[in-house]
Amino acid sequence: MQQTIVNKIMKVDPRDGKLAMANIYVAFIALLVGGLAGLLQVLVRSGQFTLPWGIGYYQVLTVHGILLGLILTTYFIMGFQVAAISRTVGPLTNTQRKIGWIGFWCMTIGTVAAATMVLLNEATVLYTFYAPLKAHWIFYLGLTLVVVGSWLLIVPQFMRYIAWRKEHKGETSPLLAFMVTVNNLLWFVATLGVATEVLFILLPWSLGLVERVDVLLTRTLFWYFGHALVYFWLLPAYMAWYTIVPKILGAKIFSDALARLSFMLFLIFSVPVGIHHQLTEPGISGLWKFIQVVLTFFVIVPSLITAFSMFATFELRGRQLGSKGLLGWFKALPWKDSRFLLPFMGMVAFIPGGAGGIVNASYQMNQLVHNTIWITGHFHLTVATTVALTFFGVAFWLIPHLTGRVLTPKLNFLGVITGILWATGMFIMSSAMHIVGLLSGAPRRSEYSEYGGATQAIEWIPYQIAQAVGGTILFIAILLITYVVIQLAFFAPKGEQDFPLAELSPGAEKTPAILENFKVWGVILVALIIFAYTIPIFDIIQNAPPGSKGFNNLW
Amino acid sequence: MHLHKYEKWWLVFGTGTLIAFLIILGIGAFHSGSHPNNSRKTIDYERVEDFEPFNNPGVHKVEGKDWDYEVVLIASAFNYNPAEIELPLNAKVKFIATTKDVIHGFQATGTNINMMLEPGYISEYTTVVNKTGEYLIVCNEYCGTGHAYMYSKLKVVDPNAANDSE
Ligand code: HEM
Ligand SMILES: [Cu+2]
Ligand SMILES: [Cu+2]
Repeated sequence: MQQTIVNKIMKVDPRDGKLAMANIYVAFIALLVGGLAGLLQVLVRSGQFTLPWGIGYYQVLTVHGILLGLILTTYFIMGFQVAAISRTVGPLTNTQRKIGWIGFWCMTIGTVAAATMVLLNEATVLYTFYAPLKAHWIFYLGLTLVVVGSWLLIVPQFMRYIAWRKEHKGETSPLLAFMVTVNNLLWFVATLGVATEVLFILLPWSLGLVERVDVLLTRTLFWYFGHALVYFWLLPAYMAWYTIVPKILGAKIFSDALARLSFMLFLIFSVPVGIHHQLTEPGISGLWKFIQVVLTFFVIVPSLITAFSMFATFELRGRQLGSKGLLGWFKALPWKDSRFLLPFMGMVAFIPGGAGGIVNASYQMNQLVHNTIWITGHFHLTVATTVALTFFGVAFWLIPHLTGRVLTPKLNFLGVITGILWATGMFIMSSAMHIVGLLSGAPRRSEYSEYGGATQAIEWIPYQIAQAVGGTILFIAILLITYVVIQLAFFAPKGEQDFPLAELSPGAEKTPAILENFKVWGVILVALIIFAYTIPIFDIIQNAPPGSKGFNNLW
Repeated sequence: MHLHKYEKWWLVFGTGTLIAFLIILGIGAFHSGSHPNNSRKTIDYERVEDFEPFNNPGVHKVEGKDWDYEVVLIASAFNYNPAEIELPLNAKVKFIATTKDVIHGFQATGTNINMMLEPGYISEYTTVVNKTGEYLIVCNEYCGTGHAYMYSKLKVVDPNAANDSE
């Protein structure tokens, strides 16, 4: 009885665990269905397969983009973060948890509503839903509910964190809880853009309340959100790298202060940069495009900090374990532990992924790759490998931790196999995409087409076949991970699976308080956003052409 | 906050490279004038043919401008007007394009000619076509069912060589 009143929280409260698991279930269902859509895409694009029952390619692609880009990621992140908060700063109160559940159901109703419209072919507008393509209003309403639901899910996380800070005046908050809070703040600020777009512009327009929309304004609001979205995916992966991977290695946190600094830098440089997705479009001046390009490049600084911290952790730990020589520490790492291997492969993928991102954002260089399949290759490295593999690595211990089971050696082995299959499939698919996109400009978002027999298009076909090979391997990996997840959730032996959480080294310096001062960093964030967006948006509105009527008869 | 010696070097080196790179991009853009499509001209997308120059789509030789040719192009779901573009080698050409309906792309694959066409806006890009050949032009922004069947061709021909083969 007494044991329950331990000072130190080592476990996620089971009631919070349920909320976290609900989110994780939806995430893995999205992975399976979205993965199936991905498989269909690569098969169609190989030219060897046509979709049955009148299903359209772009309908499938809309499903893929929404389920994997928006649903899998958001749900998994919410599940992980709720668990992380409960583990580090204590259980949610009943009210807080209730708000979280309302958020979960709100998101889920929204997802089902939007998905239904896509299945009915009423919303074949891809996950970016660029106007003036006009989907059914229920689709936009569904998306609104997803965003609002996610807000309701972050509210209890904020509340619990703030309460902890009040209860522990003068103390540095736990690193993981701090990181969760930064990511939630980023998400809230970013989603204001897409919420404005959908709720105040697209929804009234699709309902027929207004006839025309300002296309460029909607795109600019979308990308204000869209780029921060990628950091919202990435930061939870970084949370795992900074706070969980070291524990799995048996190491301490390399530097608490640097970790916090890098998160605050990600926060301030993630939003005022969205125009780098609009470099080849009219209506925005070159100067402001370039200013946002410069701001974009500053996220390289926290990325460098992170890379250094990771490799320093690995090396220090390897040396502690007695490895010698320049690279001896490398052998000492726990390669057979899926909880380490998958995130590690994710880190490796981020090296070419990040380098590709630099090319994309490089102003005039963007013309070479904009909307080519190179871009698709790029984000399958970043989100679909770096982020996805890290999330899988987390799922392998988080799910059994929450369901009171254990990761058995056999399931761990299957996890390792999944990682290897994923890396192999993605290497093939993503390389083929990168090469044919960069060297010969093959377009993304395109079904199989011979383009009237043009020589260039004929040369693309072998690369599309390679993508189908890689994509098939990836789909096999998804089937395997689905099996592992089902086992961990329902069938693995009962037991206690540790929530690995690294600690500071005993002699670590106290973290400067400024790094926890959300007011200061929040003000910088808002100032940068105002600086980067006021004039472009003012210009867009001021010089607006006649608005666009909707088109819903093109698919 | 304590920084390890190597970490300092790493950050200084990384940030230094980053700044050097940005300066190169900036010089390329603002000194050498290498910009993507930044046009801010607008138009009523429902009546594009009522306005210059879209009342006369096609390839035009021009005099007294910084460029020798203008390609005036109208995109609509799912085709381009003109359907084919032919230019002489080394011509300095300005592409002037817009759309009559949804967003389309305009990309001559394997070149730097790549811009978005958005309703209400005129997109412009000036370049020199300095390699002969046939370039496939594709719509690279999803515009509906016919999206992957929306294409045309850019032919860059050497006027001298063409005479020989006749
Ligand atoms: C079986 C595994 C996968 C396969 C075979 C696959 C394949 C593809 C292909 C071929 C495309 C481009 C289609 C086109 O542009 O015409 C695509 C787009 C995309 N994929 Fe994947 N993918 C897989 C997994 C993932 C995962 C795990 C994620 C995210 C975590 C993801 C996110 C996306 C997104 C956001 C798009 C863009 C959709 C759009 O352009 O509208 N994919 N995928
Ligand atoms: Cu971006
Ligand atoms: Cu198109």
